[in-house]
Amino acid sequence: MYTSLTDRRSFIKKMAVLSAMTAAAAMFPGILFAEEQEAKIPNSENLDWKKAPCRFCGVGCGVLVGIENGKAVAVKGDPKSSVNKGLCCVKGYHSVMAMYGKDRLTKPLVKKNGKYVETSMQEALDLIASKMKETIKDYGKDAVSIYGSGQWTIPDGYVASKLFKGCIGTNNVEANARLCMASAVTGFMTSFGIDEPMGCYDDIDHANVFVLWGNNMAEMHPVLFSRILDQRLKRGVKVIDFATRTTRTSMASDKSIIFKPNTDLAVANAICYEIINNGWVNKSFVEKHCTFKKGLTHMGFGLEDKYAFTDKPELIDFEAYKTFLKDYTPEKVEKISGVSAKDIKYMASFYGDPNQKVMSLWCMGMNQHTRGTWINNLVYNIHLLTGKISTPGNSPFSLTGQPSACGTVREVGTLTHKLPHGVVTNAEHRAHAAKIWDVPVENIDPKPTYHTVEMFRALDRGEIRFMWIQVTNPMVTMPKLKRYRDATKKEGRFIVVSDIYPTPTTDIADVILPSAMWVEREGMYGNSERRTQYFEQMVEPPGEAISDTWQLVEVAKRLGFEKQFYYKKETHVEEIYNEYKKHHEGKKHAMAPLEVLKSQPGAQWPYVDGKSTKWRFNSKYDPACSNGEAFHFYGNPDGKAVIWQRPYEHAPEEPDNDYPFWLNTGRVVEHWHTGSMTRRIPVLHQAMPHGYVELNPEQAKVMGINTGDKVKLTTRRGEIILPASVNERGVPEVNHVFVPFFDEGMLINELTLDAFCPISKQPDYKKCAVKVEKV
Amino acid sequence: MSYLKRYVMPIKSYLAHPHKNEKQALINALSGIEKCEVIPSENKDLLIVVTDTDNNLEEDHLKEQIESISSLKLLVMVSGFDTPKSK
Ligand code: SF4
Repeated sequence: MYTSLTDRRSFIKKMAVLSAMTAAAAMFPGILFAEEQEAKIPNSENLDWKKAPCRFCGVGCGVLVGIENGKAVAVKGDPKSSVNKGLCCVKGYHSVMAMYGKDRLTKPLVKKNGKYVETSMQEALDLIASKMKETIKDYGKDAVSIYGSGQWTIPDGYVASKLFKGCIGTNNVEANARLCMASAVTGFMTSFGIDEPMGCYDDIDHANVFVLWGNNMAEMHPVLFSRILDQRLKRGVKVIDFATRTTRTSMASDKSIIFKPNTDLAVANAICYEIINNGWVNKSFVEKHCTFKKGLTHMGFGLEDKYAFTDKPELIDFEAYKTFLKDYTPEKVEKISGVSAKDIKYMASFYGDPNQKVMSLWCMGMNQHTRGTWINNLVYNIHLLTGKISTPGNSPFSLTGQPSACGTVREVGTLTHKLPHGVVTNAEHRAHAAKIWDVPVENIDPKPTYHTVEMFRALDRGEIRFMWIQVTNPMVTMPKLKRYRDATKKEGRFIVVSDIYPTPTTDIADVILPSAMWVEREGMYGNSERRTQYFEQMVEPPGEAISDTWQLVEVAKRLGFEKQFYYKKETHVEEIYNEYKKHHEGKKHAMAPLEVLKSQPGAQWPYVDGKSTKWRFNSKYDPACSNGEAFHFYGNPDGKAVIWQRPYEHAPEEPDNDYPFWLNTGRVVEHWHTGSMTRRIPVLHQAMPHGYVELNPEQAKVMGINTGDKVKLTTRRGEIILPASVNERGVPEVNHVFVPFFDEGMLINELTLDAFCPISKQPDYKKCAVKVEKV
Repeated sequence: MSYLKRYVMPIKSYLAHPHKNEKQALINALSGIEKCEVIPSENKDLLIVVTDTDNNLEEDHLKEQIESISSLKLLVMVSGFDTPKSK
C-alpha cells in the first residue's frame, strides 16, 4: 500500500507524542493531556458526535461517541460535562471498541445434550418463560430468582424488580452491587436514614485536604484523581493516602500512611478521640444535629449458611461515647494499626482545624470489609463531630465502581429488601409500589429472602432452582468460587445468562441470551454523585441481540403480565422512566424529567423546581430541608444524624503459621472488573495481558522470586499459580500479596473467603490468609 | 554518520519541566519557536515538546535554542525517530 511521506511523518509524530505521554504517565500517575483525547480520533467530516455517560466506571464521565456509517468509531470527553470537563481515561477513550470484539454473542444458545445449539430469540424466550412457570408450579415462587448488576440501566433494573417483586411476588432480586456497594448503603442508612452521598464532585474544587481511605483513585477513578491533582497545581491542596499497600495513588500523594488490615476501624476512632481531646468538636452542630448510638458487637462473619443478624441500636450520651474512645488514644492505636501516633495526630489535625475543608473518599477498601458498615459509620463520625459535612468542600464521599450501581441498584432498589421507594418490610412502601405497578398489594412479600452470597448458597441447597443472570459475571466474582460454581451445575438447576461475550458465567448457562450493550440500545445510568444520565440508541446491536429490558418485558408478557408490561417497543424506555419517576416523587428524591436528561449531561436528584441539588441536608442548597435550621438530616425521623460507637474487631481469617501472608484482591486501571469487555480491547489487553501476584520487593528477594517467576498461592479454599510482579506497579507490605481479579484464566476468587459484613452482607475480598511459594 | 546527519529528517519528543510557577512562561516561549510543538499537561507541571526538523544540524540548533529558555528547568528526550528524506 502506498503511504505518502506526509502521512508517515504525521504517524511518526503521533508515535513520538504517545511515547512522551507514556513516559510522563509513568513518572506522574494521573497525568492528563488535552490532546490525548484527540490523538487517535479519525478526522472525518461524517462523524456524528452524540452524548452518553461512559460505559465503564461509577465516576460517570460524560463522553461524546463518534458515529460513522452506523458504527461507533471514536470517543472523546464531553467538555460540557461537569463530571469530567472534557477529560477521559484510557478505558473510556477506548470504550467503543468493547462493542466490536470478534466473539460477540449474536444468537441465543440453548444447551442440549451438553452442547450449545443456536435458536431464535422467540424460542429462547418461550423456553425461559415455560421453565419459570414450571419451577414456580413445582417449587413455589421463591424458587425463581434474578441476579443483575450495577451495569443494568435504570429500565433494566426497574422491569426486573417489577416482574419479580410486583408480579411473581418473590424478593429473590439481587445485583452484584451487593459485592461492591452494600456497606456504603448500610453506612448511609444507619448514619443518615437515607442513601447516597450528600455532596458532589464539585467538592473537589472547594476542599483543601483529601483523605483517601483505602482508595487507589489513580487507577480506579482516574478522572476524579486528575481533578484532585489539578487542584493541587492550582491551589496547593494536600492529598493523604491511607492504605494497606503502596499504589500509584500513594506515589502521587503528599503523604502515604500504611495501616494493618482491618485496623482502619481503630484509626478512625483514634481520630475521633483526638478531635474530642483537643476540643475540636463543633459543639453547636453536634448538639443540634446529632445523636449518639451503639449497636451489637462480635456479630460473627456470616461464614455459615442461613446466618442471620439484626442490630439492636441503643441511644447513648456523649459522655459514654467519650469513655468508649479512651481505648483509642493514638498511642494505643499505634500498637494495633502500625500507624504512628504522630501520623494519627497529623490526620486528625486536618479534620480538627476549622480552617481546613476536608473531603474523605473511599470505595472498595472500606466497603469490602467484614465491618464495612462500621467503618462507613466511623468516617461519618469524624465529619459529624467537626460539622464538616454537606457544605462545599466538606464532604465524606463514597465512590462507586459501576456506571449505575447508584442509579439502578440503589435507587431502583434491585436488592432483596428494597423497593424503588423504601423497603419491602414497610407496609406503606409496599402499598406505594403496588399502586404504581398496578398489582395487588399482597403480591409484594414483606419478607426479604436472600442477599447475594446466600442466594448462591440457596441455589446450592436447592431452595432456588431457576436463576437469571444479566450483565454480570459471578463465576469470576463470587468469593470462594468453587462452591458456587458447583452449585450451578447441580441436577435440577436452570440458569439463564444474558451477556455480550462468552464468559465463565455463560459457561454454566442452560440458555445464553445475546444482549445489546450500552449505546446499542437506549437507557440511563446513575453515577456516584446522584447524577442520572441518559443515552440514546446510536447503533444497531449485532445479530439477534436485544436489550436486557426488552428480554424481561417479553418474558413478563409470556408469564401473563401483559397488563403491567404494557410498554410499546418504540417508546418503552420513556414509558418505563416516566413510571419509575413516580416512585420518587417529592422533594427528597425527585428525578429530573426525561427531556432534561436528553438535553444536558445529566441531572442530580433531588431535582426540584427545575434544579439539581448539589449538597443535601444543607438548607441553603436542599429544598427538602424543612426544620428551619441550617442543616436537616431528614432521612431520620428526628431529623438528626447518628454518631455511632463502633469498636475495632479482628478480621475473620488472619495470617498464621500455615498461611502466613495477607491476600488482598482488586482492580487495575486498564481493565474494568472481570475484563470481559476490556480484555477484548487490544490496546488495553496488550497493556495488561494477564493476572499476577504482587510481592514486597525485599521479601521477594529473600524468597528468590523475580518478576515473571511462577508463584503458588494456597488458601484453605484452593490454590492457584500466577506470575510474580515485583516493583512493577504496587508495592505490598512484608507478608502481604496483592492479586487483581480481571483475568478469568487466573481466578483468584477460588481462594477468597465468603465472609461478609453482618449488616450489609457485602463480602470482604481484601483480607484472608494465604501461603506463598515459589514454584 | 555524516550521511545520516545530512539526509535524515528527525522527529523527537521531549518532556520539559518548567521552573516553579513558570509553566505558562515556558509554554509561551516554546510556542514561539518554529518547528516545535508543545502539548502542556492539564494537571501537572510538565510539557511534551515535539520537534520536527529537516536534518540533524537543524535539530541540534533547535535543541540549543530550547535549552536556553530561562523558564525551563529540565529537558529530557523521550524518543527520536529519524525518517528518511524523500528520494
Ligand atoms: S474515569 Fe470511569 S467513567 Fe470516566 S472515562 Fe474512565 S472509566 Fe469512564
